[in-house]
Amino acid sequence: MITKMSITNIHVIDQNSAYDFYVNKLGFKLVDDIPMGPETRWLTVSPPEQPDLQLVLFPVTVSKMFPKEIAENLIDLIKKGIFGCGVLTCTDIFATYEELKAKGVEFIKPPTKEFYGTEALFKDDSGNYFSLQPLNNFDNENNI
Amino acid sequence: MTTDQYPKVYLYRRIVQAKLFIDNNYTDKIDLNSISDEAYFSKFHFIRLFKSAYGKTPHQYLKYVRIEKAKELLKNNISVSEACFLVGFDSLSSFSGLFSKVVGKSPSLYLKHQQETQKKISQTPLAFVPGCYAYQHGWLDHKNSNFEEPDV
Repeated sequence: MITKMSITNIHVIDQNSAYDFYVNKLGFKLVDDIPMGPETRWLTVSPPEQPDLQLVLFPVTVSKMFPKEIAENLIDLIKKGIFGCGVLTCTDIFATYEELKAKGVEFIKPPTKEFYGTEALFKDDSGNYFSLQPLNNFDNENNI
Repeated sequence: MTTDQYPKVYLYRRIVQAKLFIDNNYTDKIDLNSISDEAYFSKFHFIRLFKSAYGKTPHQYLKYVRIEKAKELLKNNISVSEACFLVGFDSLSSFSGLFSKVVGKSPSLYLKHQQETQKKISQTPLAFVPGCYAYQHGWLDHKNSNFEEPDV
């Protein structure tokens, strides 16, 4: 019986830059940073209050997994901001927005009242985007 | 409602500045009274707003940051006494007491466990990577790999 999601991927273009973004800017906890050769590493982080969920900062490089053409196409799509990686929740969206902005995170949309609650959108260093929402957007009474 | 229209934007910016000040100056003696003064708040109002935004009072948050940074230093093989003073504690006993209470083990035991883990990582790094990922990355093709695929 499936019980939970334990590991999921975020496809990134540069692992050094991604480390700085997710650990230093977003405040995610570093789980593993293990060199696996001259140009790549097993690099995983977890959200501050979800230590049992690992996000793999998965480099898009020409490899067994990504032949050259596919790697180039995927990098292009990532840079174009095609991939949304999900919703990150926070206790206070305005404080979180101001802090991330102060740390240089690029917002596509500032905290904006939508029919489903207040939401902001930001991009990571590669181009992947996330929705940022306060936890109370997901209270039952607010569901449409 | 856009960024400049949300309520009390100036209050949020001051709270965030206080939090970032703690993030960047936790190694020093921080006077939390002076932080609230600089934010133009009454101390009570400042603490209340900070806690509503971050779930901790400024004092609790400062302790949290110091312990988290101490853990990072110990993971990097810094000694307990050096970590204690590097994160802004001036007493080894108060550091050890708080660390043990928060982390659930003493800093020396934490350091020992981290050293053991790091040793294992350096000897058999692939043991710490899920096999499916190691395979996808082509890391299992490395002739020095210590990873053994289970018989299916």
